[in-house]
Amino acid sequence: MKKTGLDGTFRLDRFLLTNLVPLLFIGLSAVAIPISQFSGAYLVQEMMIRLARNSFLVLSLLIPIIAGMGLNFGMVLGAMAGQIGLILITDWMILGLPGLTLAALIATPIAMVLGWMCGAILNRAKGREMVTSYILGFFINGLYQLVVLYGFGKVVPIKSADLVLSRGFGVRNAVNLLGIRNCLDNLIPLSIQGIRVPLGTFLVIGLFCLFIVWFRRTKLGQDMRAVGQDMDVARSAGIPVERTRIVSIVISTVLAAYGQIIFLQNIGTMNTYNSHEQAGMFAIAALLVGGASVARATLPNVFVGVILFHLMFVVSPMAGKYLIGEAQLGEYFRVFVSYGIIAVSLVLYEWRRARDRAYARRSLRGGEV
Amino acid sequence: MTTEPLLSMEGVGKAFYGNRVLRDVNFSLAPGEILGLVGENGAGKSTLMNILFGMPVIAETGGYEGTIRFQGRPVSFSGPLDALDAGIGMVHQEFSLIPGFSAAENIVLNRESLKSSLLVEVFGERIRPVDRGEIFRRGKGAIEKLGVSIGPDMLVSEMPVGHKQFTEIAREIEKADTKLLVLDEPTAVLTESEAAILLESMRRLASEGISIIFISHRLQEIIDVCDRYIVLRDGEVVKEGEAKTADLRDIARAMVGRSVAAVESSGDEGRAFGEPILSLDRLWVDMPGETVREITLDVRRGEILGIGGLAGQGKLGIANGIMGLFPAGGTVTFEGCPITLNDPRSALSSGIAFVSEDRRGVGLLLEEPIKLNIAFTALQMQNRFLKKRFGGLLTWRDEDALDELAREYIESLAIRCVSGDQKAQELSGGNQQKVCLAKAFAVRPKLLFVSEPTRGIDVGAKKLVLDTIRRHNREYGTTILMTSSELEELRSVCDRIAIVQEGRLAGILPPQADRAEFGLLLLGATRGTTGEVAS
Repeated sequence: MKKTGLDGTFRLDRFLLTNLVPLLFIGLSAVAIPISQFSGAYLVQEMMIRLARNSFLVLSLLIPIIAGMGLNFGMVLGAMAGQIGLILITDWMILGLPGLTLAALIATPIAMVLGWMCGAILNRAKGREMVTSYILGFFINGLYQLVVLYGFGKVVPIKSADLVLSRGFGVRNAVNLLGIRNCLDNLIPLSIQGIRVPLGTFLVIGLFCLFIVWFRRTKLGQDMRAVGQDMDVARSAGIPVERTRIVSIVISTVLAAYGQIIFLQNIGTMNTYNSHEQAGMFAIAALLVGGASVARATLPNVFVGVILFHLMFVVSPMAGKYLIGEAQLGEYFRVFVSYGIIAVSLVLYEWRRARDRAYARRSLRGGEV
Repeated sequence: MTTEPLLSMEGVGKAFYGNRVLRDVNFSLAPGEILGLVGENGAGKSTLMNILFGMPVIAETGGYEGTIRFQGRPVSFSGPLDALDAGIGMVHQEFSLIPGFSAAENIVLNRESLKSSLLVEVFGERIRPVDRGEIFRRGKGAIEKLGVSIGPDMLVSEMPVGHKQFTEIAREIEKADTKLLVLDEPTAVLTESEAAILLESMRRLASEGISIIFISHRLQEIIDVCDRYIVLRDGEVVKEGEAKTADLRDIARAMVGRSVAAVESSGDEGRAFGEPILSLDRLWVDMPGETVREITLDVRRGEILGIGGLAGQGKLGIANGIMGLFPAGGTVTFEGCPITLNDPRSALSSGIAFVSEDRRGVGLLLEEPIKLNIAFTALQMQNRFLKKRFGGLLTWRDEDALDELAREYIESLAIRCVSGDQKAQELSGGNQQKVCLAKAFAVRPKLLFVSEPTRGIDVGAKKLVLDTIRRHNREYGTTILMTSSELEELRSVCDRIAIVQEGRLAGILPPQADRAEFGLLLLGATRGTTGEVAS
């Protein structure tokens, strides 16, 4: 949506409406930061870490939005693939960057198969992609549990006693990723005024951004934009619509697998049965907080979103503690906010679309309009 | 012009399940020639074009008869993309443009110029980056060829309608080997000046050797721009000739003329009517596909006023707008009191009833019994057929009164059913329509809108429905506005017939007027280039 009206002038009401969600968050942060009594340096350090940790996951959402498939709740599938890679390299005791790379290599084919399946199913649920991919996430979660609880140790040999449950098969609830912890973040050590900068991860994220900019300019990217805006027109021009949509989901799923690996190398420990579950929800909430909509998301949306959303995450427990003496309030607030923001964004999007449609038909209405 | 025709159709015919829609169509088109194709809705124009483009619907219903030759060779395309490859382009009435793309991007859609890339070896052709500079240049070239000024980087979503139409045409001619262009009512959405520019562009294209089939309801344009024209009626070519020497009136008559005998006179010409009961002042209705732009009209008490017009011109929008079903504006006065637009209760509570053209959607509660369908509006709007219980605390439906009402209408309208308890969906189309009418009659309206009352019902039932409408008008003095696509039907029932064209009133004629007069109004031929409205 453009910030300017048809005549090229700046329209304040339109700007406010388009950026309602980010503005709301900036307002909330402005109130909550002083109450939390955090120092500026601490917050900058936290934001640095969280940008490195989360950006890649959020970026993986962009391509399906370009292809008009909305927010890909199915990225959870990629996260699961990434975790399977991580479990295997931990068992094989491959450390550091080689371990990380191997985990990504293992995750890639799994994510591609899952992504292809997800794309094929979404092609049968056109217009209902979001809810379908959301439910698909639950379904694949069941398969993932089957593989991790029974397959690992029974079918796939797991040597490490630290990984396997005492009964002899199935992976323990917590997997220690000490071998690869922060290996990408600290690849190129850099510290500015006592603030550690995870330069290695930022470089990877930077490359990813370049990839997206470049990708949008390829024929495939152009086709995805066309398919995203009007499937029927794209089809009548001879663009293979179904295939293009599947490709977009496959790319997104594979990237989500890498994103989850980067996320977990930063955290350093993996919650086998839960880590992936909230990956999708929090990434989507962050993107929406950055001002993206179901149909449009840009690179600035990603970074603004990650900073604002996680600023709230860091600040709200302390703000809650000082305000009411209850840190739990902040905990509650962050969950409340992430679901709430998704709901608000979806409603706003539909409302805006109806309004734009009426605006587009204005010439057909007589007199006073 | 060369002697060999670019396209020729020989004895082309088509029947859908025994229902003949095209019969022995012959014509040929020379390179650089513009052929005007004229016909009412349902005359067979779309079927003819579907056959030319090899649309799947034709093959699925048993193919067609006759031969089509393109550049001297018999052809049979297996789909529109196939036809495009051969050099036949089509510009549809609905825009097929990507809204968020620029004009240039739309013009080269899926035929983008690409840069080379090493990654092609790994990921295939689609990974090549598009060449934006080249796309801009090609788009610009195509737009210039049309002789209009549109910025190649202008977004389609921000374009006025006329620019969209030109962008679409530019896309067809940008294809390197387009030899034949089919334009399906391209001027319908354009303003007079835009239409004039389009006609100029068409002449330019023709002078460069591109042949054009031009489908339009605006007869004057056909005469202005075409070399030759053909008129289709009921699937047959009824008239063809040189456009230079053509007469508007002749074409109009050929188009609407029916072989049926003269209209049976309603037997009461010169009925006298009272003061206006309903006045429309600059009414507009935003009903998708049936936009009403500006209509000012008086309806006199006790008359049956017909509203005619071709599909999509806005005739159906009038009733839907007044009844509050679509966004509307302007002033509507009923018996001296203004009707609140955009509020269905307002029109209903002032005594106006509506029999919708959307019988199964808006008109009937399909899952409910006939008796409830008949009583529904009266029950909801007028609180009739209700019983009070416990001192008015609870309200019951009065089933006995419903039965009685149903029996009355089943008898008087001859609705064929088992009983009033039968579900509406089990009835035939004609009987469903009678239930719709009964539902409207049960409200005892002062004014009744009836839209497309005979659509989709068989011939015998049609007559019954029309008789019912006429009888109700005579017996109860109800003023009726009847909207129909079938001119003959309007002429057989109505006292006056208003013709709507492009969302405006083209004129009002008595039912006995000459067919050619109706034809001219339907086609907007009386609205000259200056746009004045015939009185």
